[in-house]
Amino acid sequence: MATSSFTKKTLGLETAEPAVTPPPAKGNTTFAKKPMLATAKSRKREIPEGLWTKCPKCSTMVFDKELDENLKVCTHCQHHFPISSRERVQSLIETGTFEETDAEMTSVDALNFTGVASYQSKLRAYQRETGLKDAVLTGSCKIGDHKVCLGVMDFKFLGGSMGSVVGEKLTRLIERATKKALPVIIISTSGGARMYEGMFSLMQMAKTCAALAYHAKARLPYISVLTHPTTAGVMASYASVGDLILAEPGAMIGFAGPRVIKDTTQAELPPGFQTAEFLLDHGLIDAIVTRKEMKPRLIDYLNYLTAGQKTADA
Amino acid sequence: MPRSCPALHSRYCAKTWLPLPSAPMKHHLDFEKPIAELQEKLEELKQHPEKHSLGISFEEEVAQIEKKIEETKRQVFMNLSAWDRIKIARHPKRPFALDYLQAAFTDFSELHGDRLYAEDRAVVGGFASLGKQRVMVIGTQKGRDTKENILRNFGSAHPEGYRKALRLMKMAEKFRLPIITLIDTAGAYPGIGAEERHIAEAIAVNLREMMLFETPIIAAVIGEGGSGGALGIGVADRVLILENAYYSVISPEGCAAILWKDRAAAAKAAEALKITAKHLLELGLVDEIIPEPLGGAHTNPELMAQTLQTDLLKHLGEISELSASDRLERRYAKFRAFGQFQEKSPASAAPSGNGAPEAHEPLAPSDNALPADLPADL
Repeated sequence: MATSSFTKKTLGLETAEPAVTPPPAKGNTTFAKKPMLATAKSRKREIPEGLWTKCPKCSTMVFDKELDENLKVCTHCQHHFPISSRERVQSLIETGTFEETDAEMTSVDALNFTGVASYQSKLRAYQRETGLKDAVLTGSCKIGDHKVCLGVMDFKFLGGSMGSVVGEKLTRLIERATKKALPVIIISTSGGARMYEGMFSLMQMAKTCAALAYHAKARLPYISVLTHPTTAGVMASYASVGDLILAEPGAMIGFAGPRVIKDTTQAELPPGFQTAEFLLDHGLIDAIVTRKEMKPRLIDYLNYLTAGQKTADA
Repeated sequence: MPRSCPALHSRYCAKTWLPLPSAPMKHHLDFEKPIAELQEKLEELKQHPEKHSLGISFEEEVAQIEKKIEETKRQVFMNLSAWDRIKIARHPKRPFALDYLQAAFTDFSELHGDRLYAEDRAVVGGFASLGKQRVMVIGTQKGRDTKENILRNFGSAHPEGYRKALRLMKMAEKFRLPIITLIDTAGAYPGIGAEERHIAEAIAVNLREMMLFETPIIAAVIGEGGSGGALGIGVADRVLILENAYYSVISPEGCAAILWKDRAAAAKAAEALKITAKHLLELGLVDEIIPEPLGGAHTNPELMAQTLQTDLLKHLGEISELSASDRLERRYAKFRAFGQFQEKSPASAAPSGNGAPEAHEPLAPSDNALPADLPADL
């Protein structure tokens, strides 16, 4: 589809530019799209589907395997593609240390929501499609030497929206961290509170912040990582109150949606509005950290945030 | 007659605030039509007594119509839909925070500014007395006319409003004054400046801080309880709501635009979202409904103010008796309990083969563009 921001290349669609040759890893950006070998053309029919992905930012065709190995970051322009919560967990933790909690928790249709489509059917469809139970994955793990309570949201599940399950799983995660005196790291990506659960969703904002209040009171570190996109109810609750607020490059972050702001104010939005870079310039974000750099940086930050406590204990 | 707006001419707007006159209804809502028609008939009859029906006396006919009006009123207001109630909550004559500060409280002394950036007039706050009890009051404030609405930004606060609220609440905590918040906002302001100065962060910090104040907090939704903008001053020991007020995660229009692709479906959305006082009480999301005079708060603002005062005092008395630690524990438990979920997934999901989450998935479909069913305009 033309409107889709990143499309899989299918056979025979781009006869003029058979992308059999992997793009050059570095440099030579001007001619990146040109096939480098003349022989490539003759072999185009043999390429299996779905091996290449077009980067929405630089339009380079990236070899899927390379993209996977590069944590779904364009090898060419460093554009950060969406990444699933499980892949994210794998990219951050010490192998084999993740102990998932509340894995079986699922949403219920508390309001008996009667919309165009029922909430129940929507939930089931998303569960089937994504293999996820809801929009957040929680558990304890080790990152470097640090035992950490980690929550990772997944945008694929109903736009990463926060309903009772997201709120409850995160609150339990934070409470467990407070009890065991552990740091909390939450990687957010969300469109906001989940409409289908009405006021229950809104109250998850207060609930998660309440748990964080006591976590903070116990002088425990909380790092909030904002990824594309993090908006509305999630941004107006736990995502905004980290001791450290980090963001991935280019992530769209804000309270209201850009369309709503435009409609309300009738004003042109400034360039780069609501991006991680914009918010760094406006003083919200501590640092922009690339996906590849995220793990070592988290370890580094945790070293600082826990150093004082260790001295005090000793 | 349009009400003059002292706020535009004086910085001490609260002190010169005119109480809302309990004038006869002029803005008729559509469902009030049968009542209005009868009232017109009565007026006409009173002005032209000679026209009364044959067979009964003038006085008798007046009494009959008056009785009919009462009956119709009761009938209409007993059967209001969610959308009807939202219309009452947004009624242009509905008492606002400053009206209650004038009528339900005494000696309101307004305090201004967040000491960081600006004075946000969509949020009012300051010292006031509730009966004999001195308190800190904070409320979101709408404007009565266009001019004042510009000043008040239609009751939609910028970050400064939430930061002013926090500053005043911190002061209340320091000097052990109970906090009372009056919520009436369509939502926090979705604007460029609001984003640049991090309105989401301002709200989030309030949510966290309000959980730890030892001083008693009561929140009352007096009109519109618009999403995060309302919750930003809504974390409290008791959350009360006026009979015709609403409190919602998203405006019915916003929900309709996203789910029905049509803002006109707002009435359906209002019903589905379960945002009326009655629904919220049933779901356990608010503590008590404060009854309004028949026809809505605007038909008798004095009575409404009195009821509000009585109710606030009752709840304040109850929570003031608790020790600070008990209060904090209960406040936490109250918000902690919100949410409905299932611990075990239904059995039907298991045998399908798709149930087990994959450890490593193929490339995700594009989510760079926000999907249509996303509540992005919270």
